[in-house]
Amino acid sequence: MKLEKKYNCIITGVGGQGTVLLSRLICGAATEKGFAVGGSETIGMAQRGGSVVSHVRIGERVLSPLVPYGKADVIIALEPAEAVRVLPYLGKDGEMFVLDRAVQPAGCELRGGRAYATFDMTSYLKENVEKLTVVNYQRLVGILGGAKAVNTAMLGAAVKKGVFPFCIQDVEKIIRERLPEKFWAVNTEALTCSV
Amino acid sequence: MGKKLLMGNEAIALGALRAGVSVVTGYPGTPSSEILETVAKQNADGVYVEWSVNEKAALEIAAGAAYSGARAMVTMKQVGLNVASDPLMSLNYVGIKGGMVIVSADDPGPISSQTEQDTRQFGAFAKVAVFDPSNPQEAYTMIADAFDCSEKYGRPVLFRPTTRVCHGTASVEILPPLAKRSPQGFTKDGGKWVIFPALAYANHKKIESSLKEMSREFSAYAANSLTGDGKKGIVSGGVSFAYTCEALDDLAACRGIPEPYKLFKVSAYPFPEQKALEFLKGLDEILVTEELDPVIESCLLRLIGAHNLQVKVKGKLDGTMRNAGENTVAEIQEVLSGFFNVDVPAKKTLSPSPILPGRPPVLCAGCPHRASFFAVKEAVKESAAKRKAVYSGDIGCYTLGNAAPLDMVDTCLCMGAGITVAQGINRVEPDTLNFAFIGDSTFFHSGITGIINAVYNKSNIIIVILDNYTTAMTGGQPHPGTGKTASRKDTVKADIHGIVTSLGVSELIRADAFDLNAAKDAVKRVIDKKGVRVLLFEGACVSGISKSALLSVDAGLCTGCKLCIKKTGCPALAYNAKKVVIDAELCTGCGLCASVCPAGAMLAVKR
Repeated sequence: MKLEKKYNCIITGVGGQGTVLLSRLICGAATEKGFAVGGSETIGMAQRGGSVVSHVRIGERVLSPLVPYGKADVIIALEPAEAVRVLPYLGKDGEMFVLDRAVQPAGCELRGGRAYATFDMTSYLKENVEKLTVVNYQRLVGILGGAKAVNTAMLGAAVKKGVFPFCIQDVEKIIRERLPEKFWAVNTEALTCSV
Repeated sequence: MGKKLLMGNEAIALGALRAGVSVVTGYPGTPSSEILETVAKQNADGVYVEWSVNEKAALEIAAGAAYSGARAMVTMKQVGLNVASDPLMSLNYVGIKGGMVIVSADDPGPISSQTEQDTRQFGAFAKVAVFDPSNPQEAYTMIADAFDCSEKYGRPVLFRPTTRVCHGTASVEILPPLAKRSPQGFTKDGGKWVIFPALAYANHKKIESSLKEMSREFSAYAANSLTGDGKKGIVSGGVSFAYTCEALDDLAACRGIPEPYKLFKVSAYPFPEQKALEFLKGLDEILVTEELDPVIESCLLRLIGAHNLQVKVKGKLDGTMRNAGENTVAEIQEVLSGFFNVDVPAKKTLSPSPILPGRPPVLCAGCPHRASFFAVKEAVKESAAKRKAVYSGDIGCYTLGNAAPLDMVDTCLCMGAGITVAQGINRVEPDTLNFAFIGDSTFFHSGITGIINAVYNKSNIIIVILDNYTTAMTGGQPHPGTGKTASRKDTVKADIHGIVTSLGVSELIRADAFDLNAAKDAVKRVIDKKGVRVLLFEGACVSGISKSALLSVDAGLCTGCKLCIKKTGCPALAYNAKKVVIDAELCTGCGLCASVCPAGAMLAVKR
């Protein structure tokens, strides 16, 4: 299959939320389809509770590992403030998927900072993003019966919208290939659930 | 063989295995660590792999293997090369038999490092060749070229990827393995392997002529490529070459580039002068896009001067390009727009965003280092003498102890320097309480010599060894104290307590990092004494344990005083609706917050 366009994707969140798993699933599914894939992950010091950004690029050929500003076709954000932070990456017709659960930075109380309001972030996103899907965390946890695999559910929402050159079944296959068997069921369920 | 999705570091490891490497050594350091881990995971027949105690040891072990005809690889981060520089400088004079590649990963940004040093400069200083891949695919094939080059000239070579190549992922075309080699073993050779002044002089001359020959050979090397024509030229290397290609592609697509241009990629040093002269021919102006130091730019300026050429050079030295930090496609595109006199593509404008929370990296919830820092801090506060205390830190997760509310790292310089810097401060201010914190892996790397120095010179310092049984910051690699090798096989377990005892320190107390009273008591017992006092605080890194315990806040008891947050800064604690809440996903049940809660509101619950 020949790709007509390039797919630039940003996955963001806070260290420990599972952005790396999402970028690997996307890379895996695209590779399986025979497309060229490139990207970059945050590894090292910044992982410890810091902002984490993964870049994934899919195309006939991928020149460099990072998505330039204003060129992302898809942004999946597991945290609303991090969604705002990476917004300059989003392209004109880009789609954004954001989970509405705020992760307050550790000890923001100490620096005299106040906890920020999720509402401020999501309303800013609504003003600036035409194609925005805000996923309700509480509802999602209700559907999944727990907080596990909410990251995979976010990927599922994006894949179902048709923003990637692969489908849910392609991702399911990668889950089976890459993850230990005990994680198959929870991730497959999350992937296909209706957020 | 097909394509495989690989991280750059995995590509380097598989490329080295393909090239027949049989001895691999290294010391962990971001962004290089996954290279050696990948080699270990492959568990290939006839390949020996080890995490060495430090980079100097790693390089020397690889040198011995290369003397014996094996292909050897050493991996480290750029500052590791500083530690290994002593053997590297001399090794180039002695030479090797089997190909030897020293991988030193640079970190523009820096994203996870103390310096933005450029290994290409180190290569020039040490007079060794440097290979500089621009993407994972190139890294995969280029490492084989590096081994060939090393073997051909009988000298070690450097291989310098940067973070975006190391941690970049790409679909890499996997190639069939190259011819198998069997090392002949060490042959005694009339003093060839023994460095002496007379040998150094003779070999220095040989090195200089090899460098000339390499430069000629690299002018024909495919990775040092030259394309296009015109009066303007662009030069780049490493990941900046990838950025530059993308910026050029984009500019051509959206604005059009009004004139033809030459594009020169430099990927192997010594600088390919003949190729560069070919590039410079007929040019009026050139733009150099490279990260870290202006290495290509300086080589070109020298060449332009030596040949009396009239070519204007734009780059870091004239301020066109940034002289610190990473390049980006967007920035390069802006510079290219100016270079070609075309309009800069319009930027999307967004309304001003709400204030975003800062997210500095923090010690994990349940980290034993937080408990240790807290114990020392409280004990010093409670001590009778009220002396000024200075806390010297070191390299590892525990550098994060500098942040509020702990504020327990006043100095941090380089691996192993905490113990020695503390001694220096105490010489100037003998009444100061000087604490030095050091992790277990750093203790083995370069901490022991500092303790011996302190004992020998009768220093007055307190050393706190933070033993979490792993090399945590770089991803949990084993070290001599863990009893496991790089291949996760059992080995002799080095005993930190026994080692420190044998060094002759005046006091040595071992305590459980999570037992706050015991840890505080240990500090108080040594605080007013003289001599080199060592506290060994032990507690497992949270990344290595399965979370079984959990604490929860009894909302009825919690008064909302936030003392737990203010004193410990644990990321599992948050304040919501006038009460403290514990994030069950993060909490390990370590109990530090419970020990500071005046209301006794933190209760153990079932997970």
